Amino acid sequence: MVLQSSERHYRDWDHRRLGPWCSPTGSPAPLSCETGCGEGSWILVCRLLVPTQVSLLSMEEDIDTRKINNSFLRDHSYATEADIISTVEFNHTGELLATGDKGGRVVIFQREQESKNQVHRRGEYNVYSTFQSHEPEFDYLKSLEIEEKINKIRWLPQQNAAYFLLSTNDKTVKLWKVSERDKRPEGYNLKDEEGRLRDPATITTLRVPVLRPMDLMVEATPRRVFANAHTYHINSISVNSDYETYMSADDLRINLWNFEITNQSFNIVDIKPANMEELTEVITAAEFHPHHCNTFVYSSSKGTIRLCDMRASALCDRHTKFFEEPEDPSNRSFFSEIISSISDVKFSHSGRYIMTRDYLTVKVWDLNMENRPIETYQVHDYLRSKLCSLYENDCIFDKFECVWNGSDSVIMTGSYNNFFRMFDRNTKRDVTLEASRENSKPRAILKPRKVCVGGKRRKDEISVDSLDFSKKILHTAWHPSENIIAVAATNNLYIFQDKVN
Amino acid sequence: MLSKGLKRKREEEEEKEPLAVDAWWLDPGHASVAQAPPAVASSSLFDLSVLKLHHSLQQSEPDLRHLVLVVNTLRRIQASMAPAAALPPVPSPPAAPSVADNLLASSDAALSASMASLLEDLSHIEGLSQAPQPLADEGPPGRSIGGAAPSLGALDLLGPATGCLLDDGLEGLFEDIDTSMYDNELWAPASEGLKPGPEDGPGKEEAPELDEAELDYLMDVLVGTQALERPPGPGR
Repeated sequence: MVLQSSERHYRDWDHRRLGPWCSPTGSPAPLSCETGCGEGSWILVCRLLVPTQVSLLSMEEDIDTRKINNSFLRDHSYATEADIISTVEFNHTGELLATGDKGGRVVIFQREQESKNQVHRRGEYNVYSTFQSHEPEFDYLKSLEIEEKINKIRWLPQQNAAYFLLSTNDKTVKLWKVSERDKRPEGYNLKDEEGRLRDPATITTLRVPVLRPMDLMVEATPRRVFANAHTYHINSISVNSDYETYMSADDLRINLWNFEITNQSFNIVDIKPANMEELTEVITAAEFHPHHCNTFVYSSSKGTIRLCDMRASALCDRHTKFFEEPEDPSNRSFFSEIISSISDVKFSHSGRYIMTRDYLTVKVWDLNMENRPIETYQVHDYLRSKLCSLYENDCIFDKFECVWNGSDSVIMTGSYNNFFRMFDRNTKRDVTLEASRENSKPRAILKPRKVCVGGKRRKDEISVDSLDFSKKILHTAWHPSENIIAVAATNNLYIFQDKVN
Repeated sequence: MLSKGLKRKREEEEEKEPLAVDAWWLDPGHASVAQAPPAVASSSLFDLSVLKLHHSLQQSEPDLRHLVLVVNTLRRIQASMAPAAALPPVPSPPAAPSVADNLLASSDAALSASMASLLEDLSHIEGLSQAPQPLADEGPPGRSIGGAAPSLGALDLLGPATGCLLDDGLEGLFEDIDTSMYDNELWAPASEGLKPGPEDGPGKEEAPELDEAELDYLMDVLVGTQALERPPGPGR
């Protein structure tokens, strides 16, 4: 039996040895084979941003974008709306990190190779490839503009020298192939010096072209376009563990695709009511089980998760399991439903748990227990008393994502003011960190942040009313096997790493 | 789409009071919301929700999740403002006092029509043609009564005042129709189920003119009723 890649990473992770973690008082925390999120141990590796100009250059002139990265990207801060990062995803080995932005572009970063000369550069990511995945479109039939913003990117496991990823906007999913070219055939005798085709009558010898090395070029080509299958906005895509199919989910429907077939998809979930005025619930996220290719989950705007088995029927409108936590009467308000709306759902690498993110909490559910989550973590409970204002400025509708670390022992999610939070499931410790230019010098240890809810504000604490709600961390990613995280803040991509001695 | 032609009165924006005034349940002393949900939503919250709904509908392709969440929240608010079970349906409008002001100044019909038509349009996209009548094409709301049964859900929801959409005000809409039949059906209670139900009688989205004396009387009734009544909790 071929070991699934996610399983392999999970096992490898158990055997990794980490350096000692320091608690804030300076004394080393207990050594653990599993990763902890120990306060004060994260350092900024690099901050990356990709202004629009770079991609134009690379598209037109085939310039190796890696050369540009070092001199160009790190310090410039021209930010346009198109540069806002809308999705972040590591590939299965963690060697590549892909980002999608509002302008429809995909930028792939590659990890710097380890070398004896430049040990300190290990863990840094540089631009590997940039391409325009989606263009703005106009649907003439409905007189609607289709946004080119990349909603999600998902990598396929690597099966040959090339890399494949799926990227999607609101309506269309595309399969991209990213491959390297470092040789060029030379010695054709079919063309003259100017490149014009020679008259075949003048060619008297047979010459076989020779492959000669050339500067590395990374090219991205669209291999498949999966279009016209979604009436509503696509919010999720998920690659199946069979590596032959994937699903795409919009507000009301989920479709199953085969990678080879672009003009057909199977509809596996349809929650559209016969009468649209009876619509009270939409699909918010969906994901396949990491190992069981027949199982998937989808979450709803009412805070429920449904697990479905595709073997049960062709249309999985009837769930196999239904996860919902009863409402806490003491916390009930007019906004209860909005804050219960699930913005992200992720299976653990082990496949035993699912994690959901709603507006104020992250919850971990055991697949075998449907009536309540096994763990609930408060992300920013101090916002509970501000819901009305957050409703007014629409922040209450923000969709935060959540991620597992490679060993499923730590979960991470974003918040406001460029804060992001990590929760260690084993030690029950949590930490708040900040991804911002002002507070991060490269290689300096990140200082834990604290929000003061009332009463006396200590030095270094920030009061709730001073939080900047326009600076939200919606998208984060965790390396599949190491303690390297990518955090997207507007048009900046921060890469942090644990400090290992 | 219908929503493109609609205008909104500027008053609507200025009406939105600072929420701090009404937001007694946001007392920072409470770690969470009060033990029980507030008995009555503030009218500004209602107005805000209606405004959001209107904004959402004005998009050429509204965010369905946002729309559904706002609509559901609006239903909750409306349910708390309009305890359906308690009041006799015919003469007593259940809306909160300030909503009555809005009602006089605005017409809900166009908004509800646009919402209904939007949701209908979403159905039409797929070629499903179960939409019974072109509600969007009707101007005066009176006309829409007859075949309006399936759309009543939306209209029901937006029964009391909604955003001001038409510049010429309420009177202009009703000039050519006789609404005397519907005068008493104005304030049909929002049914707690979300189904469009004709059981509350036709014409409940009507907004016939009320003179001031009647309005004062109604307000007294309301305030008196609300003090006594405990609203049912919103169903899940």
